[in-house]
Amino acid sequence: MDLAVVAKEIKKDDLLQMYYYLRLTRTLEERITALYRQGRIMGGVYTSHGMEAIAVGYASALERDDIIAPYHRDMGAFLIRGITPGEVIAQYLGKRTGPTKGKDGNVHIGDLKRGVIGFVSHLADNLPVATGAALAFKMRGESRVVITNTGDGGTSRGDFHEALNFASVRKLPVVFFCNNNQYAYSTPLHLQMAIRDVVERAKAYAMPGEIVDGNDVAEVYLAAKRAIQRARSGEGPTFIEAKTMRMHGHSEHDSAKYVPRELLEEWKKRDPIMKAEQMLKQLGYGDKATLKEIEERVKKEVEAGVEFAEQSPLPEGREVLDGVFATEDEVQP
Amino acid sequence: MTTAAAQEVTYLEAISQALDEEMARDERVFLMGEDIGPYGGAFRITEGFQKKYGEWRVLDTPLSESGFVGAAIGAAMMGMRPVVEMQFADFISCAFDQITEVAAKNHYRWGAAVPMVIRAPFGGGVHGGPFHSECPEGWFFHSPGLKIVAPSTPYDAKGLLKAAIRDPNPVIYFEHKFLYRRIKAVLPQEDFIVPIGKAEVKRTGGDITVVTYGATVHLALEAAELLVKEGIDLEIVDLRTLIPLDKETIFASVRKTSKAIMLHEDNKTGGIGAEIAALLAEECFDCLDGPILRIAAPDTPVPFSTPLEEYFLPKVGDIVAAARKLAAY
Repeated sequence: MDLAVVAKEIKKDDLLQMYYYLRLTRTLEERITALYRQGRIMGGVYTSHGMEAIAVGYASALERDDIIAPYHRDMGAFLIRGITPGEVIAQYLGKRTGPTKGKDGNVHIGDLKRGVIGFVSHLADNLPVATGAALAFKMRGESRVVITNTGDGGTSRGDFHEALNFASVRKLPVVFFCNNNQYAYSTPLHLQMAIRDVVERAKAYAMPGEIVDGNDVAEVYLAAKRAIQRARSGEGPTFIEAKTMRMHGHSEHDSAKYVPRELLEEWKKRDPIMKAEQMLKQLGYGDKATLKEIEERVKKEVEAGVEFAEQSPLPEGREVLDGVFATEDEVQP
Repeated sequence: MTTAAAQEVTYLEAISQALDEEMARDERVFLMGEDIGPYGGAFRITEGFQKKYGEWRVLDTPLSESGFVGAAIGAAMMGMRPVVEMQFADFISCAFDQITEVAAKNHYRWGAAVPMVIRAPFGGGVHGGPFHSECPEGWFFHSPGLKIVAPSTPYDAKGLLKAAIRDPNPVIYFEHKFLYRRIKAVLPQEDFIVPIGKAEVKRTGGDITVVTYGATVHLALEAAELLVKEGIDLEIVDLRTLIPLDKETIFASVRKTSKAIMLHEDNKTGGIGAEIAALLAEECFDCLDGPILRIAAPDTPVPFSTPLEEYFLPKVGDIVAAARKLAAY
């Protein structure tokens, strides 16, 4: 079906806002990559280059009180939840103004006030946690929903299966995304699983599953909306496989030579930002001036973020001792 | 009129009472685990609970330790107070990753409080073999961000569980299976807690300090009764909480007696006794009048057959022998 026809279901402002977040994600991550190449960032840099539409699509579909438990290529979701570019860069620089105050790095960003459950490197660990958040909502009769995501590799872990099973048995209001970017670090999909589509895994849990074009923000958004609606109305979890391609290495230090160049060339033609622009033009929403304005705005915000992060203080060494245990006033009401 | 004997409860009943009272007191408290619903749990601790509190507050889970511990973490972060039953502490290995990497670190990393309890029925003497008798507390003793408690009496069992449920952090509650129906006490009628982080001197004595917790507290008390006839007076420090460790109480006792025995049922190497012995060597060296001795299980899995298990578990005789040796210094 023609994309623009489908996207007509979405309000113009929402589509333009998604375009803004796609651009913001791309610009921010490109800036972080540049900082890394200048040697100003220590540790790993994990980006969503070429996959921005997934996080932007699903996070745009949520309401304010909903919760996300993202994985490490969901920068757009952080931004939509209100984590600022400055905070992201501060996190990468190990500054005290990063969401983890220097305790953790890069995309390990969590903030319950903004509905973000912090990512754990042990892939799929947060999927059971997401089911637990959804369990709390269901027990209390709240209409809140949780969206969680993992890569194709993460779906091989036991925690993935334990989470889907429990969510399905108890009909919990959770949506499982799988960002199928075809490589788990260097391991291609066919060495990760014997099935062709990740979505087949959902069948074992009697969970409805759907494949979407992960490079099409409107398609991701609409699929997320349907799944969220299903979750909110008490019908239980949904599994969504977003097919995409990781255009950079696992981390910026990884040249990803194991990925055939032709494959990357092919996927380059399906770049999510380019696709979004085409769609906006087709719908008559994206005149040149509007898109240019968004591009300029995003650049300014990212540069302001770099400045904020660079001017932020580093934590002091002794702060390492703080926060091992929580106090009662930190418990969520 | 009820007699004192009629009010006696077992260690197991004390745990059950704590759960019941906390669930009645705070609607955020709910239970998760395998077979805890209509069946009432492998040890019948939650018998009748589902009828009283419903299917969602006494939640039977799939056989999926990592999955339901993870779910408890998520629910706790959203403001619930989950209490997870591990059926047998041995199965906690399946949830190790969720406990050490997620529950233990979330607050430190990004400030999310995880107020949850994991009940872990542990320990031997019940012919459970290698997968139903383990003492896995050492695995978690080394993992910052968790609190660990291990009561030895019905009073402590009830008071520590209530404190654990009210604590804003992940707490692993090691309840000793051997004590379930063997230890009884009369408990106060009113609400009480045993504060986390406070050891208790279960017996005062002037000659040798025995630092211990869980079922071996009772072995130490038995040994003390035998040794008093020989003129050796043991002081028994029951840790009750393993993390955070009550160093002050341990040090004060050892400073008084000048001699120390570490006693636990867990394997010897890398056990909690080893850590306390190292602390004493660092902090109390000047007042020690003899070597710090350790009594623990050998470094083997827990065996099944009676003579093997008897050989494996620490015994009263081991404590008596160690005390005699130390008394000679």
